[in-house]
Amino acid sequence: MTARTAHPTRPPPACEVGATLLELRDVKVGYGGITALKGVSLEVRRGEIVALVGANGAGKTTLLRTVLRLPGTQVSGSLRFDGKDLLALATEDVTALGIALVPEGRGVFPNLTVRENLDLGAWGHRDRRAMEESTHDVVTLFPRLGERMKQDAGTLSGGEQQMLAIGRALMARPAMLLLDEPSLGIAPKLVTSIFAAIRAIAAGGVTVLVVEQNTKVALSSSGRAYVVRTGELAREGASAELLADPQIQAAYLGG
Amino acid sequence: MSGLASALLNGLAQGAMIALVALGYTMVYGILKLINFAHSEVFMMGAYAGFFALAGPLAGLPPLAALPLTIVAAMAASSALGVAVERVAYRPILSRGGGGKAVGARITPLVTALGMSVLLQNAAVLAFGARPRSYTRMPINTQLVIFVTAIAVMGALHLLVNHTWMGKAMRALSTNVEAARLMGIRTTRVILFTFAVGSSLAALGAVLYCLDQSQAYATMGQVIGTRAFVAAVLGGIGSIPGAVVGGILLGVVGELTKLTSYSGGQDVLTFVVLIAVLLWKPTGLFGRGGVEKV
Repeated sequence: MTARTAHPTRPPPACEVGATLLELRDVKVGYGGITALKGVSLEVRRGEIVALVGANGAGKTTLLRTVLRLPGTQVSGSLRFDGKDLLALATEDVTALGIALVPEGRGVFPNLTVRENLDLGAWGHRDRRAMEESTHDVVTLFPRLGERMKQDAGTLSGGEQQMLAIGRALMARPAMLLLDEPSLGIAPKLVTSIFAAIRAIAAGGVTVLVVEQNTKVALSSSGRAYVVRTGELAREGASAELLADPQIQAAYLGG
Repeated sequence: MSGLASALLNGLAQGAMIALVALGYTMVYGILKLINFAHSEVFMMGAYAGFFALAGPLAGLPPLAALPLTIVAAMAASSALGVAVERVAYRPILSRGGGGKAVGARITPLVTALGMSVLLQNAAVLAFGARPRSYTRMPINTQLVIFVTAIAVMGALHLLVNHTWMGKAMRALSTNVEAARLMGIRTTRVILFTFAVGSSLAALGAVLYCLDQSQAYATMGQVIGTRAFVAAVLGGIGSIPGAVVGGILLGVVGELTKLTSYSGGQDVLTFVVLIAVLLWKPTGLFGRGGVEKV
């Protein structure tokens, strides 16, 4: 692949695209007897917003879970973040390197208040001052969370829970944010604002890899994208080009 | 009337003691979704640890100095045992199960817990004999000491669970292990901590029980542990306030039966109350249904 620079015509990515941050080489993943990923190679550079699109069951969630070293998978290949090998690490150590995952289904702690959820996001550093700053940033990004600080997370709407899950991930001050289906089960109007928030987060210097079934919104919010089909990468390229591609339109954008 | 009043006071003290033990069941269940049947034996071992401390190195100390030290010794011994049980018996099985949905994933840890309980109880008979050991009598108002200590410790537990990092991690872990790991929480440490705290509370309950009933014996875990387990289920297993309320309810009900001609029927009534509550509210008084979704 040729060296890339920041896309001149599109707003994202807002900051300069830098060196490779996340790199997968020929990653194969099996669950019991099933092969979920059949040798995937991809890279995400500092400052990029990269989307991973494709049909349900294509292996997108598996890819993110593999990066975070969540259990239940047999993995081969090479998996590096900022040059460090992730394969030998436990989930807790991967997060300590500066990767935060907003999981599918959001995974907020329903019995804890919004503030407690955010606090736990900062578990890795537990630095009072950094927590105050990050909380302030999160509330600026999602003012609704500020109004609901003392509420149990379980009482929030789906969209608010998604905001909380993203905010909680940001509390760790990650270098890279991975998001799994942020639009799932959320009112269309909120989807737009969630993706606006994701672009704002990237503009603030956080590298983003987002898995999304809503291909249109994913492609129009990202700089570059990969299309995953049955455990393999089918296409890759600039999101704008993919969005304009008739084949992609027919397969993923409903004609 | 004074009979009733003293039965109520007695019941509160007994109930607070049962609640201390019930907390261990409920905390471990909350986090691992495992009924730790060995908890009753951790309670029993705490009673023995207290007995040996009091009869040995602490003999001759004034009661006000001896009692706290006895409690500390019992708590240390029981938490070491509780942690050892987790590491040796539960962790290998739970990590292999990987939270799978297979029937075995739920049954195997349960059987292991039962086995651990039988093992520890028999080990106690072997090591300490079947004859009860009498605690040194202390010239104190036992009911008052039991009640005050238990309430103070439960207050401390409330602070721990709601206002510390570890407490937040425990509550997070109880609803979503994977999300907790994504926060960077080392779940094995939180689990060990939970076992240590639950076991110490059981040991405290054991020493308080022995102050009142004056003896430790190898099958005491079976008798009192069952009552505490019922209290935890009654209150809604996994719920900390539930364990406290369930324990106190059982204590009071138990003492009130002693006023009737059916004084031997305490445990019969205990289970009648349990069944009645579960028929009315299957998740227990404070239990929450259906929050276990992932």
